[in-house]
Amino acid sequence: MNIYDLIFYLFGALTLISAFFVVTNKNIVHSAFYLLFTFFGVAGIYVLLGADFVAIVQLIVYVGGILILLLFGVMLTNKITNVEIKTGTINIFSATIGVGLFSGALLAAVIYAPWKVTTVQEPVPTTGILGSLLMNEYVLVFELLGIILLIALIGAASIARR
Amino acid sequence: MVTVGLTHFLIISTLLFSMGIYAIITRKNAVMVLMGVELVLNSANINFIAFSRFGNFGFNGQLIALFVIVLAAAEAAIALAIVLNIYKNLSTVNVDEVDNLKE
Repeated sequence: MNIYDLIFYLFGALTLISAFFVVTNKNIVHSAFYLLFTFFGVAGIYVLLGADFVAIVQLIVYVGGILILLLFGVMLTNKITNVEIKTGTINIFSATIGVGLFSGALLAAVIYAPWKVTTVQEPVPTTGILGSLLMNEYVLVFELLGIILLIALIGAASIARR
Repeated sequence: MVTVGLTHFLIISTLLFSMGIYAIITRKNAVMVLMGVELVLNSANINFIAFSRFGNFGFNGQLIALFVIVLAAAEAAIALAIVLNIYKNLSTVNVDEVDNLKE
């Protein structure tokens, strides 16, 4: 077992265990903080897959942006008297059975599928490659995403303060 | 001990996806439903990047993962604005109590 496998299992366990706590914890604030560890674990998995730039973007956008936004959402939509902000649950029984069956089927499909894997080359720094792809082949998508982000943020601000 | 390959990453993303779906189905609080959506988007991103590394797709998968991250940020901002408005009007964010359209 080499060091790569060890780090993979470490990040995989971090991701899955903290995600499990996110979906089972009754306290929303605790769930939000466990989500932090999930995002960190996913960023580590990106690094193991040779996607260094995406990992950094994941840290900046998810941990620095979306998680803070979710925490603001939790704080602003509850009457804060203490830190015990609970969430109710519905459909526990049927959801457990359904999701269990679904994930079992999906796992079987993933494990037994004959994936065609090419030889994996050494990971290279991806920032320059992604930048030139973004400015050549994907420039239309890039511009559209900019416009979508602008419209979404203006719309969010206008909806929230109405 | 098998060495880590494509299947390991796909298994992790499958389990993450299932947990996200579980959160979406079972939680009552709208913000918790949003967290479930974020888990699902993360698992999709792991799949994109894993296939980008182990398949013969160059760096397109990583770029699409970047696009997904941007769209997730926009979606979170909009959804939280809607949740705040629901809370202002109905004083609750439980998704099973917001049923004004059902008469």
